[in-house]
Amino acid sequence: MSRIVANPDEAVADIVDGATVLIGGFGTAGMPYALIEALLRQGATDLTVVNNNAGNGDTGLAALLAAGRVRRIVCSFPRQTDSYVFDELYRSGRIELEVVPQGNLAERLRAAGAGIGAFFTPTGAGTLLAEGKEQREFDGRLQVLERPIHGDVALIAARTADEAGNLVYRKTARNFGPVMATAARRTIVQVDAVVPVGALDPEAIVTPGIYVDRVVATHDEDPA
Amino acid sequence: MTIEHPDAAPLDRTALAAVVARSIPTGAYVNLGIGQPTLVADHLTPDQRVTLHTENGMLGMGRAAVGDEIDSDLINAGKIPVTELPGAAYFHHADSFAMMRGGHLDVCVLGAFQVSVGGDLANWHTGEPDAIPAVGGAMDLAIGAKQVFVMMNLLTRDGAPKLVPTCSYPLTGLGCVTRVFTEQAVFDLRGGEAVVLETWGTTVDALRELLDIPVRAKEVRA
Repeated sequence: MSRIVANPDEAVADIVDGATVLIGGFGTAGMPYALIEALLRQGATDLTVVNNNAGNGDTGLAALLAAGRVRRIVCSFPRQTDSYVFDELYRSGRIELEVVPQGNLAERLRAAGAGIGAFFTPTGAGTLLAEGKEQREFDGRLQVLERPIHGDVALIAARTADEAGNLVYRKTARNFGPVMATAARRTIVQVDAVVPVGALDPEAIVTPGIYVDRVVATHDEDPA
Repeated sequence: MTIEHPDAAPLDRTALAAVVARSIPTGAYVNLGIGQPTLVADHLTPDQRVTLHTENGMLGMGRAAVGDEIDSDLINAGKIPVTELPGAAYFHHADSFAMMRGGHLDVCVLGAFQVSVGGDLANWHTGEPDAIPAVGGAMDLAIGAKQVFVMMNLLTRDGAPKLVPTCSYPLTGLGCVTRVFTEQAVFDLRGGEAVVLETWGTTVDALRELLDIPVRAKEVRA
């Protein structure tokens, strides 16, 4: 069955209420705008969203938040100069927040994709963010037990896909895309272009197609 | 031994950034935190051959992008458009933080609300009830690099020392800070003491009076 779908609406059609959605991007770099806009039109609600941030301005993730579709957000850095949509929801108690150190966020996603049940890390040990978690000393250093973050679906952006779903990214827009692609039951990718099988250099592929379920080509400009 | 400049003015931010830059070893891989530490990049010399890491997935970061160089896919951890240098490399977030946590970075430079004499760092959260908590990569940076440098004012606006016996702000990392750069002095934190390397507009004795921690001069090595 082909992974290539006709448009973003078809790509996100079966995301259900209550789903955990991993959304790629660091700020606006690598943010899958077309897929998020399609999810907004699709109407799924009561979502848990995992992203590094909590939306910028009024577009992308911020628009999903503003529409009241997100019950809970897991991120490292919600507070930004243009995170006013999130700030208002948080201060009025209309969204749950789990703050995770950025490297633990990435590693918890990696662990989910790699079949790791839990891991000890020094990051966050002895801080507020370790409260309620098991802590142990290894090699003279306090470490905290962290669990994987599994997604029902991942929405990510890449530069180019081939028809087998192999992906290459562009510069720092790569960020969370490759780990999120491994951590979800279904990975949906928006790309600038789809090329035939064999057109990508196998040595340069960052995400092998085994992790990719659906690909949609968009030519949307980054609105930010 | 300690170099004292009692008659000099305390350093301004630019001069402090230059002092930090001079302390970075030749050939080091370095992460500069968001805010004041980014000023350090302006003072690194080509002879130092420093490679800058940005935790959103790049080694070999160049200066801020201007005009036609601005590319929304090429940003730093502060989400500012930057440039790439020859030899740059891109990688995903799990790799980027693995190289940090794994101790492969030589130095990171961070800002701070408070640092304890034991090297505890508080720089992510004021702990105020209405503050939205946001940690970003601060906790990963604090425990990851071989040396953690802090750049901060020695005193708060109210005149309270920020180099303290025990941090009152929520911690970012335990026992991680190795050197503290302030407008009045540079301190190495070792064995529960602040060893003064250099001063501007003050002396070791005056710092010992000012701070509520063990302060000593750097000794001449035999």
